[in-house]
Amino acid sequence: MLFSMLEIQRSLVDAIVAHARADHPDEACGVIAGPIGSDRPERLIPMVNAVRCPTLYEFDSMDLLRLYREMDDRDEVPVVIYHSHPATQAYPSRTDITQASEPDAHYVVVSIRETGPVEGPFEFRSFRIVDGEVTEEQISILE
Amino acid sequence: MTIEVRIPTILRPYTAGEKLVSAKGATLQEVLNDLELNYPGMGERLIDESGLRRFINIYINDEDVRFLAGLQSAIGENDSITILPAVAGG
Repeated sequence: MLFSMLEIQRSLVDAIVAHARADHPDEACGVIAGPIGSDRPERLIPMVNAVRCPTLYEFDSMDLLRLYREMDDRDEVPVVIYHSHPATQAYPSRTDITQASEPDAHYVVVSIRETGPVEGPFEFRSFRIVDGEVTEEQISILE
Repeated sequence: MTIEVRIPTILRPYTAGEKLVSAKGATLQEVLNDLELNYPGMGERLIDESGLRRFINIYINDEDVRFLAGLQSAIGENDSITILPAVAGG
């Protein structure tokens, strides 16, 4: 794609950062679903990090099935797939790149390395990850 | 027997974009062999020399086949299969 951008409501950004802080020191992860074809993230679904780890995340396999069934029933797709980096920069790790399996999703990485579980500065960045290639995109926050 | 298999976005290039395809087999292994026959290249995205790939989840109805008999899991007449890549990273 020539130009790619994530448009996202401020409240959803805040909710993702809050989730990242709440799950610190482990990685937090989840999805924002939106109507098929809209590219509009609407419904935040925080997921459990089944591996409960500061450097890895994985959705539980049964949660994953329920999530995709529910999205299917509602004619939704995962517009955003997010996770946190508790101690490193907000850029996809090698594992993030090899595991990325939704070529149409915006992969959001939020870093809370500066202040961890408490309020403070954070980095919030969005990427496309297709066939092992990472492209950062602009974010437009809707108030 | 013929059953329905739900294909994830990332594998739809193999099925010309189809989300739901039919496949035949009495075990999961046979179903995957049949998918490879009809959609060449899909098989190696699902299995490697050690079996089901680590970051691929396959479900028979509501059960993760890892909690059944893996590739040897039996497929019944009214079963349906869902393939979902893990959502994971570091």
